[in-house]
Amino acid sequence: MIKTKEIKFNYDNQVFFKFHDINLESGENLLIIGNSGIGKTTLLHLLSGLLKSNSGSIELFGKELTKLSSFQLDIFRRDNIGIVFQKPHFVNSLTVKENLELAQYIANKKDNKRIENILKNLNIFDKLNKKTNQLSQGEKQRVSIALAIVNSPKLILADEPTSSLDDENCSNVIKLLKKQATDFGAQLIVITHDSRLKKHFKKSIEL
Amino acid sequence: MNIFKLSIKNIFNKPLSSLITVALLALGIGIISLLLQLNSLIKNQMENNLRGIDMVVGAKGSPLQLILSSVYHIDSPTGNISFEEAEEISNNKMVGSSIKLLYGDNYKGFRIVGAEKKLMELYKGVIKQGKEWNSPYEVLVGSKVYEKLNIKVGDDLVTSHGLRETGQSHSDKSFKVVGLLESSNSVMDQLIITSPESVWDIHSAHDHEEDKHEEENKEITAMLIKFKSPMNIIRFPRQINENTNLQAAVPSYEISRLFKLFGFGIETLTYLAYLIIIVSGFSLFINLFNSMNDRKYEMAFIRTLGASRFQLSRMIIFESLILTIAGFVIGLLFSRFGVMFVSSLMDESINYNLDTIRILNEEYWLLGLSILIGLISSLIPAIQVYKMNISKILADE
Repeated sequence: MIKTKEIKFNYDNQVFFKFHDINLESGENLLIIGNSGIGKTTLLHLLSGLLKSNSGSIELFGKELTKLSSFQLDIFRRDNIGIVFQKPHFVNSLTVKENLELAQYIANKKDNKRIENILKNLNIFDKLNKKTNQLSQGEKQRVSIALAIVNSPKLILADEPTSSLDDENCSNVIKLLKKQATDFGAQLIVITHDSRLKKHFKKSIEL
Repeated sequence: MNIFKLSIKNIFNKPLSSLITVALLALGIGIISLLLQLNSLIKNQMENNLRGIDMVVGAKGSPLQLILSSVYHIDSPTGNISFEEAEEISNNKMVGSSIKLLYGDNYKGFRIVGAEKKLMELYKGVIKQGKEWNSPYEVLVGSKVYEKLNIKVGDDLVTSHGLRETGQSHSDKSFKVVGLLESSNSVMDQLIITSPESVWDIHSAHDHEEDKHEEENKEITAMLIKFKSPMNIIRFPRQINENTNLQAAVPSYEISRLFKLFGFGIETLTYLAYLIIIVSGFSLFINLFNSMNDRKYEMAFIRTLGASRFQLSRMIIFESLILTIAGFVIGLLFSRFGVMFVSSLMDESINYNLDTIRILNEEYWLLGLSILIGLISSLIPAIQVYKMNISKILADE
C-alpha cells in the first residue's frame, strides 16, 4: 500500500512544489505524468526517501517516511525500493556481476543464483563479466533494471525510463519493466513526461 | 563483494594516478628506511669491532686515522712506535690488557697483521680448520679472505710490502697457512694473522736486502688497550698525548666524531625524504579529491542502493590506506634491495648478513606515519562524501 497526503516541498524557500495525493493498493502500478520543471524528480526522491518533505505524509508499506531518520531511510530504501534512472548509473570499476553483487552486499544478501536468473530474464546473461562501459545503451538500461530489482524490492520507481527512446524501444522497455515487476512481485511507479506510456497503465495521475 | 574489495577495484580502475601516489610514498619511505638500515648496519659493525678496545696507542698523527687503521684496518697507519715505549704503557697500572699490532704488508690486498694471540680472544675468533700459529711465518686466515681467494690450509702466501697489491713482493719469504677462522662478523674476517716475530723478521730481512741501516730496536705499529676501570678513559689518554711522543686515541670519541661528520649529509637527505612523503600525501589527497568529482554520480548511485554515508566514507578511507600501506611496503622492499646493493659494493669493509636485516623500531614509526598520511589525506574527501546531497547530484545531471 502506497499512500501520500498533501506533500509539499521547497528548495531553499524559492521553488515550491505541491503534489497530488497518491493512493495505490498492493499489486497496482502507477504512471505519474507531467511536464519538465513540475517536480517529477523531486517527487521520485521524496518517495524513495532521498529527500524529506516539508509537510504532508508519505506512507509506504505501513511505514511513515517523514518520521524516519536519514539512516533509517537508507535502510528502508535498501529493503523496499529499487530505482531505475533516466540515465543508468553504475560503479564503473566493477563488472555487471560485481555491480549486482555490490547491491546485494549493501542489503546483506548474497545470491548468485538470483543474479543469474535476473540477467537471463533480461536476456543479458552473456554480459555478466563485462565492464559497464563496454555495454550498449540498451544493455545499460537492462542492467540498470537488474540493479533495481536484484534485492527483491516491493516498489520499483522509474524516472523517465523511455524519454530518449523511439516508439518501438519505448514500448519494449515499458513492457520489460512491467514484466519484471510482475515476475518478481513488485509494484511499479513510472514518472515521466512521455505521454506514449499512458496506454500501458490503467492508473495514472497528472502533476 | 564488499567495501574493501570495492576500494581495491577503484584503485585499479585508475592505475596511473594510484601508481604516482604509491611511487612517491615508496620513494620517501624507501630513502628514509635505507638510511636507517645503513646507519644501523654501519653503527653495529663499527661498534662490534670496538668492543673491548678503550684506547689505541700509535704514532702521532690524525687520531681518526689511527683508529681507522688499527681498529678497522681501512686506512694507512700513522707510523711506527718503539716496542719499549709501548711496553711501558702496557705495564701501567691503569691498563687492564693490551694487544700489540704490527702491520704494513698485504697479500692480494688483504692485510697481514702481526699480533699477540690475545687478538683472538678480543674478536672471539674460533678456528674452523687447522691450528693456531706457533712458529714464525705461520698464519691464520680470516673467513672473507679464504672465501674470496680460495685459500686452504697448507697453502703458501707470498706477501707484498705496503697495504696495496702493487707493493714490492717479499719473494724470498712466504707464509704458510696453518689455520682458517670461522666468520666472527668482525674486522678479523678480512685479516691474515700471524705472530709479531714473523713481521719483524720479514722486514729486517727486507732491510738487509736493500742495504739500509740496521734497526736495533723493535717497533710496533699500534697497541689496543683495555682499561681496568672505565674512569681511566678520561685521564690516561691525555697523559700520553701530553707527556710522550706517542699518540693515544679513544675509538668511541673518534667514531662518534666521524658519524657527526657524515651525519649532516644524512640529515639533509632525511629531510628531503620527508618532503617527498609530504608531497605524496598531497598527491594522494588530490587523487582522491578529483576522483570524488568524477565519481559523484557513482557514489550517489551506491547510496540509492541503500548504502549508508559511513559505508561510502569508509570506501574512501580504505582506498587511501591501501595506497599508503602499499607505498610503505614497497618502500621497505626498496630499502632492503638498497642495503643488499650497498653492502655488496662495500663487501670488504662491511660485513653483511641477513640477521641484521630486521624491521627497525624507526620503521614502525614510518608505518605509523604512512597510516597517518592515509587518514589525513582521506579526511576531507571522506567528510565530503559523508555530507553529499545525493538528491541534488542525481537531479543535476
